[in-house]
Amino acid sequence: MSAILEVKNITKVFPKVVANDNVNLTVEKGEIHAILGENGAGKSTLMNIIYGLYKPDSGKLIFDGEELNLSGPHEAIEKGIGMVHQHFMLIPVLTVAENIVLGAEPKGITYDRKKANELIKEISQKYHLEIDPEAKVKDLSVGLQQRVEILKAFYRKAKLLILDEPTAMLTPQETEKLFEIMRGLVKQGMSIIFISHKLEEVLEISDRVTVMRRGKTVGTLNTKETNEQELANLMVGREVVLRIEKTEYKPGDVVLSVKNLNVVDQQNVPKVKDVSFDIHEGEIFGLAGIDGNGQLELVEAIMGLRPKKSGNILFYGKDVTNFSTKQLYREGISYIPQDRQADGLVLDFTIAENLILREYRDPTYSRYGVIQYKKVYENAERKVKEFDVRPPEYMLKARGLSGGNQQKVILAREVGYNPKLLIAVQPTRGMDVGAIEYIHKRILELRDKGAAVFLVSLELEEIMSLSDRIGVIYNGQLMDILDGKTATKEQIGMLMAGSRFDKTTLEAR
Amino acid sequence: MKNILKELYIPVVAVLIAIVIGSIIMIITGFNPINAYASLFIGAFGSVNNIANTLANAVPLILTGLGVAISFKAGLFNIGAEGQYWIGAIVGVWIGYSFSGLPWYIHIPFALIAAMIAGGLWAGLIPGLAKAYTGANEVITTMMMSYIAIYFSHFLLEFGPMMEKGGTIPQSPIIKESAVIPFLIQNTQLSYGIFIALVAAVFVYWLMFKTTWGFEMRAVGYNQRAARYAGMNVPLNMVLSLGLSGVFAGLAGAVQMLGVQHRLYDSFTSGYGYTAIVVALLANNNPIGVIFAAILFAALGTGSQYMQLNAQVPGQMADVITGLIVFFVAAHRVAEVIKGMFAKKQKKEAEA
Amino acid sequence: MKEVLLNPQLWAATLAMATPLALPALGGTFSERSGVVNIAMEGIMLIAAFFAVVFAHATGSAWLGLLGAMIVGLIVALIFAWAAVSLTANQIILGMAINIFASGITAYLLNTMYGFTGTPTDTPMLPTIDIPGIKNIPFLGQVLSGHSVVVYLMIIILFISDYFLFHTNLGLRLRAVGENPEAAETAGIDVIKLRYLGVALSGILSAMGGAYLSIGALNSFNPDMTSGRGYIALAAMIFGKWTPFGSFGAALLFGFATALSMQLQNTAFSKNIIMMLPYILTILALVGVGGKSVPPAADGVPYTPKK
Repeated sequence: MSAILEVKNITKVFPKVVANDNVNLTVEKGEIHAILGENGAGKSTLMNIIYGLYKPDSGKLIFDGEELNLSGPHEAIEKGIGMVHQHFMLIPVLTVAENIVLGAEPKGITYDRKKANELIKEISQKYHLEIDPEAKVKDLSVGLQQRVEILKAFYRKAKLLILDEPTAMLTPQETEKLFEIMRGLVKQGMSIIFISHKLEEVLEISDRVTVMRRGKTVGTLNTKETNEQELANLMVGREVVLRIEKTEYKPGDVVLSVKNLNVVDQQNVPKVKDVSFDIHEGEIFGLAGIDGNGQLELVEAIMGLRPKKSGNILFYGKDVTNFSTKQLYREGISYIPQDRQADGLVLDFTIAENLILREYRDPTYSRYGVIQYKKVYENAERKVKEFDVRPPEYMLKARGLSGGNQQKVILAREVGYNPKLLIAVQPTRGMDVGAIEYIHKRILELRDKGAAVFLVSLELEEIMSLSDRIGVIYNGQLMDILDGKTATKEQIGMLMAGSRFDKTTLEAR
Repeated sequence: MKNILKELYIPVVAVLIAIVIGSIIMIITGFNPINAYASLFIGAFGSVNNIANTLANAVPLILTGLGVAISFKAGLFNIGAEGQYWIGAIVGVWIGYSFSGLPWYIHIPFALIAAMIAGGLWAGLIPGLAKAYTGANEVITTMMMSYIAIYFSHFLLEFGPMMEKGGTIPQSPIIKESAVIPFLIQNTQLSYGIFIALVAAVFVYWLMFKTTWGFEMRAVGYNQRAARYAGMNVPLNMVLSLGLSGVFAGLAGAVQMLGVQHRLYDSFTSGYGYTAIVVALLANNNPIGVIFAAILFAALGTGSQYMQLNAQVPGQMADVITGLIVFFVAAHRVAEVIKGMFAKKQKKEAEA
Repeated sequence: MKEVLLNPQLWAATLAMATPLALPALGGTFSERSGVVNIAMEGIMLIAAFFAVVFAHATGSAWLGLLGAMIVGLIVALIFAWAAVSLTANQIILGMAINIFASGITAYLLNTMYGFTGTPTDTPMLPTIDIPGIKNIPFLGQVLSGHSVVVYLMIIILFISDYFLFHTNLGLRLRAVGENPEAAETAGIDVIKLRYLGVALSGILSAMGGAYLSIGALNSFNPDMTSGRGYIALAAMIFGKWTPFGSFGAALLFGFATALSMQLQNTAFSKNIIMMLPYILTILALVGVGGKSVPPAADGVPYTPKK
């Protein structure tokens, strides 16, 4: 065997983060090489470097015996690197054939529909990827759309195919089908990089697997010679989690009760599957999981921002399943959304205005429909001080604040009212250590006061250091609920990757 | 203070560029731009009567401009103020001539309020509901509604139900004395309507910046998602803000009828509805700014007539300048481009 | 009513009235398919109408008038494209700006160049064409033959437009850019260049429509003579679901409304109601009555390339 791609000592530094730290990787011709890692482990950065979207700060790429110096994806395509993005780059209203040949149409002025269709038929037969070239992409299932993306790469004569989280949007049947296709392709000499965070899938499909953690490649293993436990350990690391000093866990009454909740998306694809759990007073319930496994849908459904298919939500025993967002806020629920700039703030409003974004109709701030700005500013002055927003000028537009301070404004708004339940999604995303500590402290304070906290985070460390109980979500299912004190990283990691360690799968391998 | 200067920067630069380009056009076509601008200024502000006429012209612009500014602020593009103006004018005139025996303090408010409601429904009902519930682009629907309103007025006036009985000219009957908003300065067009416009501007400012409803409209306008996440009803707010926008355009039509024209003439355009967009834009949707922007464009209008008489420069120069101002306000990144070119040049020179 | 409908003049007028709508509507199709909303077509038509007279009179050739108008239309369109595409300024506001400017500058130049008497009466007109064979067929001949050459050019352009958009590689790319510029860019397509192309085509075709008004149907220019046809063309394009034949069909329908209202001159009632129809139909099409009109997905959204 000889290598199709060699990644040598690649380092890529972004402001504040070392995304790739001396990464090494060799992909042999005709193998399926899995790259496994948590969110933020540096997988996407590496792929974007290979695909020519980012320039590495140091290190080199050798492709098919030739050193690459890419100035853009264009050149990567030319050299024979094909990439199927997690979010498809397709044009729904055009046909399959048009999408595939776009930008590299058969020569001529006229669009040669016949030729294009023939070429695609040819390729699709060669690789056993049957598809109707005349079908509109918008009428295809997600699985078939992905096939179009793969064909796009082959039409451009790819020798190496990068599949970025290809199973994220697929049903189990479609995933099986994809694996069949991948096996077929490899038999014909294709080389594939398979990026995933699902252990089971990696074990099933890959020949070798490289694990990434915190921007580094921590090891390459032959798939046959490893197992879930070993991979999970490599993926999440063995470092001891810093447990924050917490007061004793004294759960009170049930605050939020989610019962058999089912949520589907607009295409009727199930996103949350029969999820049930309770959160108590004085408890932080952490929800661990890898991005896109239904966390957002779950939270938005609870908050009345997304329709529920079935199931019930109870708040202190009261059925709030069909409450509007506003009604839920009035019940005493607070919500820190995932995307602070898009969902949490009106960036062109002042800090003071953002601080009353939900409460502007409260009698404290408005009388007969007129906002009492004196009260608003008093409140802002207090909150800005209390939550240490910098600079402490509440007449400043939120746009002018750093990410951490923007989050503090949201925190001040949501925590400042002593909610009975706080739902926080990724409350510390993209923040520096100081801000993270501060936000954690406030969340713990809230818990100690007897409020319930539902913490959704992609950072395992965060979940483990704060939570009293930990739920793990995978593919829309709540895999298990663990005790926050005794749960280990390995346990959670395996659940996050979709495997239950009590299952027989381990022995079966 | 610093903020005000920052807000003024774009419109002032745009006005200056427009004046310069206008000068170039005048020089090419054989006129002295200094004379032209001087007579334009005298025509607009040279005497009490001229000032009065400028202010009179500003009244419908302030009111329609407020309407457009409200919709812009709420993130919606109501470019159909023209149609809402016509509907307001139709309703205002109709009430003005159909009811007799009412005291003025009932007749005038009756006509104005009815016109406001009509204008609001014209904008809110079809374009508003269509936008909120089917996503139909309000730019097109409000524009289409304008044409429908104008043809509706033709229908009413050209041998239709509102045409003056026994007359041959397509125009409505004159409104009753009790519906007339009196002139403030005789022999000019300036009526007490100016106070309605000024009060309206202050009211809109208060509404947009001091009330919960204004808070919601602005939040929806800036960031629909955050507004939704904060529990606001986004579709309802869209309908209401488009409706409110129409309310002021409708008021403009009625004030112009009761205060200046006293009857509705058959015409293809009042012109106010389109200039309103320009007014709102130049004012950066600030209701108080709308007053000044409206006076600026009104002055261009009245001054240009004087300019035509005294400097022989065709009055349409005013439209040329207006168009240029809007262009450079919209394309304010021109400044960056020019700066960028200088920076590159300097860099090149530095390297050489 | 039956008499009116059987009158060939009605149908001939329909075609004539549809032409200055169909040309900009076709142009708008290109522009919007590439992702740029061009309401400046109204102003471009007006400027072109004026310069068609200027060039036709100065050179004594109506054809050179048409050519000059198209070049002027192209220049204005490119200025619009520069601000809208390269500077990512708001397309609607830019369009309004150009329309106001156009209204002003044409009236201004009309006065300064030709005085207050209007454009010269000896301005040449584009020729009308009798189609041999068809000319002599009763009814049909009266409807289809004897129109201005621009009418027939429009028909030819209609077929070329459809072929270009839906049967050429460039057309495919243009549509891709208006639907999903990011995907187009990753496929190696220059989004900016194609948007310029779309706007340029809309400028040229709008200019033809404008020239038709001044030196095709008449031989003079009057201030604001386009009277909103650029906007109506936009409506026709939407009603025609952003396709050339659809736009043409809608233009015919709108032209018919105008022609019919002219025939019904003395019964004022129905005339003005009929004139409302195009606008009502456009709103209904947008709202989704009878198959919703869905614009290109990236229509009106400025795009900043990654590289």
